Amino acid sequence: MGKRSVIPFGPQHPVLPEPVHLDLAVEDEKVVKAIPQIGFIHRGLEKLTETHDYQNYVYVAERICGICSFGHSLGYCETIEQMMDVDVPMRAQKIRVMLHEISRIQSHLLWLGLTADAFGFESLFMHVWRLRENVLDIFEMTTGGRVILSINKVGGLVRDISDDVLSQVESKLVSLKDEYQQIEKTFLSNSSVKSRTVGVGVISHDQAENLGMVGPFARASHVNNDVRCLGIGGYRLLSDFVPILDTTGDCYGRIRVRCKEVVQSIDIALEMIRSLSSGSVSVDVKGPIPDGAQAVNLLEQPRGECFYYSLGNGTQYLERMRMRTPSSENLAGMVAALQGCDLADVNMIILTIDPCISCTER
Amino acid sequence: MSKPSKSPWVIHYDASSCNGCDIEVLSALTPGFDLERFGVINTGDPKHADVFLVTGGVNTQNISVIQQIYDQMLEPKVVIACGACACSGGVFHSCYNLIGGVDKAIPVDVYVPGCAVHPTQLIDGFIKGLEILDKKAALMSSKKKNKQISQSSGVQAIPSPEAAEHKENSLNQETPVQKEETKRGA
Repeated sequence: MGKRSVIPFGPQHPVLPEPVHLDLAVEDEKVVKAIPQIGFIHRGLEKLTETHDYQNYVYVAERICGICSFGHSLGYCETIEQMMDVDVPMRAQKIRVMLHEISRIQSHLLWLGLTADAFGFESLFMHVWRLRENVLDIFEMTTGGRVILSINKVGGLVRDISDDVLSQVESKLVSLKDEYQQIEKTFLSNSSVKSRTVGVGVISHDQAENLGMVGPFARASHVNNDVRCLGIGGYRLLSDFVPILDTTGDCYGRIRVRCKEVVQSIDIALEMIRSLSSGSVSVDVKGPIPDGAQAVNLLEQPRGECFYYSLGNGTQYLERMRMRTPSSENLAGMVAALQGCDLADVNMIILTIDPCISCTER
Repeated sequence: MSKPSKSPWVIHYDASSCNGCDIEVLSALTPGFDLERFGVINTGDPKHADVFLVTGGVNTQNISVIQQIYDQMLEPKVVIACGACACSGGVFHSCYNLIGGVDKAIPVDVYVPGCAVHPTQLIDGFIKGLEILDKKAALMSSKKKNKQISQSSGVQAIPSPEAAEHKENSLNQETPVQKEETKRGA
């Protein structure tokens, strides 16, 4: 056994789009222990509920994280709607599910590209990001924004999407599916992809359950924790939903789960567009939140289950807003996966948990 | 602007943004907007980079990281603040853990507004940044030439210790890093 030494990793590192610091204790080429350190982008957004009223906080909520921005604004609005006993119109609920699934496609494509970059497959990275631009075009067409969509409000949607635009979205999604399937084939059957990912960073089923892992990271280890199955909010409208699971628990399994989820999300978004009925998209919500009103909400974000809790105090401001985001749940799993891996695989493993540090630290 | 005189490489650091600007920075570099057609390459090494793209505001934990990356970059260098948060703190300006825009940590050359910054805006800001980079490079080379001329003409063969000290001080004042540090010290 060689001498133990510590290699600092991050916060500025080519594979990390976001800053996280890891102290990697290595013996020869093996990582013995990884100690994460976070806090580089902590802003303190939960406390902003004290100075922003609950209608305006939607715009702060969607800036918790740029990748899952629609998800956070949706989760926040649904929580407040529960507290205020608001019935959101059916059309708004379906459009919300559609946009959330398209955000998932966007997020997974972003992640697939970064993963390709991490194992040095530059052209695949570029191709995936080229596809992702089509998804962002859909956002720009329907909401006007590319990253921060600002279409949710408490009580529904800020503006309606016309049927004409929706039919364009439908045709764009159908053509995206064809193009995507070619790239998916490269991810799942290319030998150089497999040589970097198969058997790397394995997490067993029991380990995943004990560490409380969420999202595709856990589903690759055959833990079914997909909150969409519970049918909360608009997701109760899905006709049949079967979560995508994998048994391998390695980096390749995580790629396979996310690859399949892209296709699944396209199908859900198409189903929502095709079943849309006309009607209003919002109801007026006014007045303060009742004193002592509480609500809990769960939402399956691209990275996994996100938990929201809010407490009212009889004013326009919330007493407490709590979000437990998926990436902070997965940090324990990441440290476990890093234990005993090769130093060269560290960036692969860190990427395959899809860490979203902005969510984690808020 | 005229043609850029070299292929500028960039380094990107997420200070404390929401990630939106980071993915737009990457979008600007990948097909669709394709900054790479101008020879721009995203690098992870500060010593290879000419342009420093910073997204998000500054907090107490990452201020030293930003300054360290800036100090490791070789002259001439340009800092571009991408997005509203990097310019002034943006929507997070009232957060308890935020000091403010990137200019609280290092001197910024170009401010690109937007929440999240649009890749086309970013390209616009980048072109402005390249103009500044060229100017800085020209200034450096003219200084170098002047120095060579004064050395070859043989004037001041043995500079007095007082003169040397004065020169050192004036040099120190000229570098932006020193300026910033004295400001913070005050």
